Amino acid sequence: MEKIIAVLFMFAVSALLALIFFTLNRLLGPRKESVVKSVPFETGRAPITLPTHRMSIKFYMIAILFVLFDVEMIFFYPWAVVFRKLGILGLIEMGIFILVLFLGLVYAWKKGALEWE
Amino acid sequence: MQELIQAVQNSQTFLSGLSEAALAIIFFVLFGLVFATVAAVCALVFVYLERKISAHMQDRLGPMEVNTGIPLLKNIGHGWAQTLADAFKLLLKEDIVPNAADRRLHLIAPFILFCAVIAAFSVMPFGEKLVVSDMNIGVFFVLAITSFSVIGVILAGWASNNKWSLLGGMRSAAQIVSYEIPSGLVVLVIVMQVGSLRFNDIVMAQAGGILHWHIFQFFPLNLIAFIISFLATLAEANRAPFDLPEAESELTAGFATEYSGFKWAIFYLSEYANMFLIGIFLSALFLGGWTSPFGSLFGGFFDKPGWQPVWIILKAVAIIFLQMWLRWTLPRLRVDQLMYTSWKVLTPFAFVTIFGVGLWMLF
Repeated sequence: MEKIIAVLFMFAVSALLALIFFTLNRLLGPRKESVVKSVPFETGRAPITLPTHRMSIKFYMIAILFVLFDVEMIFFYPWAVVFRKLGILGLIEMGIFILVLFLGLVYAWKKGALEWE
Repeated sequence: MQELIQAVQNSQTFLSGLSEAALAIIFFVLFGLVFATVAAVCALVFVYLERKISAHMQDRLGPMEVNTGIPLLKNIGHGWAQTLADAFKLLLKEDIVPNAADRRLHLIAPFILFCAVIAAFSVMPFGEKLVVSDMNIGVFFVLAITSFSVIGVILAGWASNNKWSLLGGMRSAAQIVSYEIPSGLVVLVIVMQVGSLRFNDIVMAQAGGILHWHIFQFFPLNLIAFIISFLATLAEANRAPFDLPEAESELTAGFATEYSGFKWAIFYLSEYANMFLIGIFLSALFLGGWTSPFGSLFGGFFDKPGWQPVWIILKAVAIIFLQMWLRWTLPRLRVDQLMYTSWKVLTPFAFVTIFGVGLWMLF
């Protein structure tokens, strides 16, 4: 329990540190608002469109693949810790799991989900 | 922690009257402050180192002028106070938030990034006793907490409401997310060998000199694992040659385009703190952590507890130097090459090393 509290305190302290410097910046820095200064930067001219375009589908493919693989990856951790106790059976079981996962990767590969062009 | 509290309560100082909970809180805050400050100060030092190293690699001198008037430190020279001066300059700059930006998210984003990186230091083993929280899921905790930085980056890109920022944020998220798979997988190679996720267990499994380091075990599988891990973490930290999210020639400054003043400095600091984190993480997993490379040579002199933080920081600095060296040697990758490297090279190789080490351990 105390180990988790220690981490929470670390979070709080780092946030505090950043906050102190940020408020210092607010207090010490000049504040001169102007219309031109607060226009979003875009090659020096006023922007015509908003940036909320549709993004390329490629990003979504990567995101979906990540969710898939990251969830599967979690299963590896407890297995790796007790690997010595499980022995050959554990390796075979995880081998089948890796095979299925790898087939998924090959499928995504063949379907062209990994192509960025 | 428990022993420390006991020791203070048994001592005859004014602190011994305090209750256990009060002492625990005092220690937590102290430990947190010390570690967070060390991480931030180290980040400043690494900014200076990067400027000097890059300069000398390109046959320049780098910053040479900035100095302080402090009597003893006046004659050191070589521009040692340059990053301090830069930090102070950034404190005195205006904090500009563009009109179109979402003010609240624009403010939160750098904080999330900074907190995620600094909080990960709480499980880093600077010595056998020199850990804020020696969790039994340390390795997993680091992977979990560093994933938070994606949120900070994509939030910065989104909240700025600027095309460069959004593109940079999206690219960065795609990149960090892609490289998290190989870096998370390859750590398992070490976890399998040690049978524990606690950092101190992993480090102690490598005690007894340079030949016991994990990088030299199961040759060449662990060496491959180290290389995969190094490349993947390099990409996760958005460092060159994987620095597409802030590719200045195409995206201005990527997700940090609309940031100025100390908010921008926080981005910069967390990048260098992240490098330090990676250095410590990799040296704990592969390079023996806080154990000395000499083992019982020299009569075990270098094995004394006082040397532990020195060793791990030296190893971390060596890895950081490698990162800087790569930055100033290799050109930037293209986006498709980046994705190719992650999904088609590193991930399959990570699977192969895990399976190979499993087979080796059993037969």
